[in-house]
Amino acid sequence: MLRPRRLFFMYEQTYLEAIRSALAEEMRRDSSVYLFGEDVALGGPFGATKGLADEFGTHRVVNTPISEGTVMGLATGAAVAGLRPVVEIMFIDFITLAMDQLVNHAAKLHYMSGGQLRVPLTIRVQCGITGAMGAHHSQSFEAWLTHVPGLKVLMPATPEDAKGLLKTAIRDDNPVVFIEHRGLYWTKGEIPQDDHGVPIGKAKILREGDQITIVALASMVGPALAAADELSNQGISVEVIDLRSVAPIDVETIVNSTKKTSRIIVVHEAVRQSGIGAEVAALVQEHAFYHLDCPVLRIAAPFAPIPAGPSLEAAFVPGKDLILEAAHRALGSRLF
Amino acid sequence: MILRKEKASEVLDLFRRMWLIRAFEEKASVLYAERQIAGLLHLSIGQEAIAVGACSLLHQDDYVFGGHRSHGHAIATGADINKLMAELAGRATGYCGGNGGSMHIVAKETGFITASGIVGGTIPLALGAAFAAKERKKGQLAVVFFGDGAGQAGAFHESLNIASLWQLPVIFVCENNGYAEFTPLSAHTKIERLAQHAKTYAIVASTVDGNDLFAVRAAMARAIKNCRNDKGPAFVECLTHRLRGHYEGDPAKYRELSQLATWKKQDPIARVERTLRKKKLATSQKLKAVEAQARALVEKAADFALSSPWPSPEAVDHAVYAEAK
Repeated sequence: MLRPRRLFFMYEQTYLEAIRSALAEEMRRDSSVYLFGEDVALGGPFGATKGLADEFGTHRVVNTPISEGTVMGLATGAAVAGLRPVVEIMFIDFITLAMDQLVNHAAKLHYMSGGQLRVPLTIRVQCGITGAMGAHHSQSFEAWLTHVPGLKVLMPATPEDAKGLLKTAIRDDNPVVFIEHRGLYWTKGEIPQDDHGVPIGKAKILREGDQITIVALASMVGPALAAADELSNQGISVEVIDLRSVAPIDVETIVNSTKKTSRIIVVHEAVRQSGIGAEVAALVQEHAFYHLDCPVLRIAAPFAPIPAGPSLEAAFVPGKDLILEAAHRALGSRLF
Repeated sequence: MILRKEKASEVLDLFRRMWLIRAFEEKASVLYAERQIAGLLHLSIGQEAIAVGACSLLHQDDYVFGGHRSHGHAIATGADINKLMAELAGRATGYCGGNGGSMHIVAKETGFITASGIVGGTIPLALGAAFAAKERKKGQLAVVFFGDGAGQAGAFHESLNIASLWQLPVIFVCENNGYAEFTPLSAHTKIERLAQHAKTYAIVASTVDGNDLFAVRAAMARAIKNCRNDKGPAFVECLTHRLRGHYEGDPAKYRELSQLATWKKQDPIARVERTLRKKKLATSQKLKAVEAQARALVEKAADFALSSPWPSPEAVDHAVYAEAK
């Protein structure tokens, strides 16, 4: 896991608390930061915005009707007019309703205007295959979003990154989609006391190794580290990279690691087809093809809508076992 | 009635602005036919009274949003026609450096925040600007122009609801020209007057003759007063007709020639001219000079545009992301 380090300038928070802290600190720092979303003034269903309306008032923590498309457009217009809005789309599945405003307006206004307009907008969304919520409350749409020029897309895996990346997103002058994973909300981690920001576009090497690289996203970072532990016990040295930022993607870190290990596995919760794994595979073959000892392997969800029943859901989510199997496949393929 | 309140010089300015739009779009049409302008070109010829009537009452720091048929709106806010024509022609000197084109004009300097190629797409954006304005408490407001086709879009209904709920200083200006692309309004909705929707959402609304500059001005003046006094949004439906097709190249066979002839008699520019003559506020000579001057300015704009450089090919992926200030 993360190297244990509890220094005097660190404190412990859950992923969810880290998000709330980031919002509160940015709202205190900058009076142009506003929150919009369904039930945000009441804390939201998971409590991410709990207490913020008490501190900042309901004029800055604004409950909206269930009109995702118009709320996304409203926040975009407010951003253009000088505010720094944070929109909460309660489940990423509902972002489908806001795609016109996000894709056609927020993402493109800076470019289409020849730089006249800026859209300092953060979109907080939450995803994750957990809790048997079924096909309309569990999807992963990060790959869709990375296909849109003008958007930045983040997927933090730890409380530290959740806080640091959210603060950076809010200060960014572009639309940033900040994807939270519901399954990580109550995980704990150490966070620096200072006004800490994590740079966008930088992956994090969580564990160094020289035989296999595993690139993992959000909820798959945990299983990737667990698999790396087991592989280490078997004498296999694994490097684990938490991608954190899916757009822009950290080509350098991925490529350098692949050059070192010659084998790379990508793990994500989204369906395999046209997922981030495909992008990583393409980048690796473009930049490190002759360093590869085996094909790039993808561990992902099956290409199907997400089932609601708990047993089917459990069978749907990729995890440690698939990663271990892939690692052995990767090593075995050297024989050919 | 209304004219009495408006000074002759002011009316002449409005007349001049209407002619500038007309001449600009007629020239754009010619350049399009000559393939000097590419893409899709949606002209607002016949609808100039709405753009000019509405924008003439705004302040410099108000926010104006358009749609896909918005050259007139931009010019009505005072946008530079040289930079506008250059943008239509895809040149580096255009407002957006060639990234926007006819349907995505932005002239931030005059408060024309953006047009859009998505029908109804700018309505929510205008709400956001109005929200920012309301928080700033300086009496600013937002105006959004859209057609009757947008009235059947979800964004329209959601936006009317939120604007009303939060009492946002936004004016919805519906240019009801009777056709959504090729189809008459009656084939898209049972609702004859889109202002009816505003009433459903408890928004002050009026329906006026959109080819009557003074009627548009009067309705807008009431709407603006509402917004500036923080009394919430307003809806102004302007009944009009575009004298060209949906886009240049559309033969518009879906409408009767007699219908076109009827509307030509209601040409908004000719109506202002008749009023000015009747009230003896301007001589024929002076009125003719307005047209000639507009056409001369537009010729210069075309020359400027066509002699401007193309954007550098290297710029094709510049400005995708805003750099930190």
